[in-house]
Amino acid sequence: MLVDQLKTGLDAPICLTWELTYACNLACVHCLSSSGRRDPDELSTAEAKAVIDELQAMQVFYINIGGGEPMVRPDFFELLEYAIDHRVGVKFSTNGTKLDAEKAVRLAAMDYLDVQISLDGATAEINDKVRGEGSHAASIRAMENLAAANFGPFKISVVITRDNVTQLDAFQAIADTYGAELRLTRLRPSGRGADTWHELHPTNDQQRLLYNWLLDHPRTLTGDSFFHLSAFGEALPGLNLCGAGRVVCLIDPVGDVYACPFVLHDEFRAGNVRDVGGFTNVWRSSDLFTSLREPQSPGACGSCGSYDSCQGGCMAAKFFTGLPLDGPDPECVLGNADDALASVGSGSAPNPGPGHSKPVAVTLSSRPTPRSLPALTPR
Amino acid sequence: MALDPTQPYELHSQVALRPEPFGALAYHYGNRRLTFLKSAEMVDLVSQLDRHPSVNAALDSVGIPSERRDAYLRSLVALEASEVIHAR
Ligand code: SF4
Ligand code: SF4
Repeated sequence: MLVDQLKTGLDAPICLTWELTYACNLACVHCLSSSGRRDPDELSTAEAKAVIDELQAMQVFYINIGGGEPMVRPDFFELLEYAIDHRVGVKFSTNGTKLDAEKAVRLAAMDYLDVQISLDGATAEINDKVRGEGSHAASIRAMENLAAANFGPFKISVVITRDNVTQLDAFQAIADTYGAELRLTRLRPSGRGADTWHELHPTNDQQRLLYNWLLDHPRTLTGDSFFHLSAFGEALPGLNLCGAGRVVCLIDPVGDVYACPFVLHDEFRAGNVRDVGGFTNVWRSSDLFTSLREPQSPGACGSCGSYDSCQGGCMAAKFFTGLPLDGPDPECVLGNADDALASVGSGSAPNPGPGHSKPVAVTLSSRPTPRSLPALTPR
Repeated sequence: MALDPTQPYELHSQVALRPEPFGALAYHYGNRRLTFLKSAEMVDLVSQLDRHPSVNAALDSVGIPSERRDAYLRSLVALEASEVIHAR
């Protein structure tokens, strides 16, 4: 079966995310990469181009570029054009703040390019609570600019939370207004999200609502991120497997290669693109990726009738909530992780580290989070 | 429109094939769809289509036995629908 073969790994990734910089002008409370400040060791333009050359040689057909905010890199357009000229298509994620009318025209003229605007609330009230004041307006402005430039169907990317899961139809309406495609992804307890996950992740009733909505709207893009919901009934469309190190990986701004964008932690660092043999060698031969491609034990999920489609859920979600990797997902829809989750002592889950948050974000998010999150002021 | 095996076909010019242990990945740079070619024979067949006067001739050349032809033709119909191959 194809899925079994995908589990043993491919010669090159299918879904490669490349975070170009840790610099960001926002400070979202759930940022998976704890972004804020640029890292002085970030790949130079020449080093980044060498990585693109390697990706072309490996026939990586497209990459997902993110950050931080990729558009704050002064060589952003140079790298974009370099990748596209080398048959490496790009989808990049942006908070939209830098996507003015002139840049929208420039983007619309490029082939093999997708743009994904982040929006985490259909209303400013819900969105700005997690993304910072004024960020909803900035995203909408970017969408208007793309639409005015006739960019075509760009993507609106929403991380589903307890607060916005009730706005699914409203998100769809926004997408329809701009001729955009809606992409919904799962909130994982990664980066700064580790501090806010307990308050922000959807309840199980909300998970069911989301599952039904996804079945009713099969064209919604999800990056196959909700396969743990398949345990509610029929499987959702897409590949039902954790692709970490098998079909998925992440290159971070300093060139470190991780098993997936949501496991920025030493334990899941496979190597660096600056190492001898480059990215190709890390992907094909690193010890970490080799071990992730071996058959994984279902552990406590082994006796569950839903394991075939649910696969025990997301490794990153288990890791950062302190659960065993061979057991149920913290959001197991059958509630099979509830006891284990309750017994993880406070402070014993792996620490995602200080990351690159600016001081203000650290202060706000490392305090026990109040029920309603303070609005962060973008800087 | 159904695929006619007596006609000549070819790989779409915007499609790139990447060999993989299970066969190959086909990526269409135009519609951005990723398709799995799930056997080495299928990869052979698809990449040789342009060298034969018909799909049937390509099937002969790759050595697909008659009892498996229907299955291959069904896969080719799907590949035509996703614009991996087209009539030339
Ligand atoms: S760890 Fe989670 S987010 Fe990463 S590839 Fe696996 S399922 Fe997806
Ligand atoms: S017990 Fe495991 S396999 Fe079963 S639904 Fe929960 S997470 Fe999925």
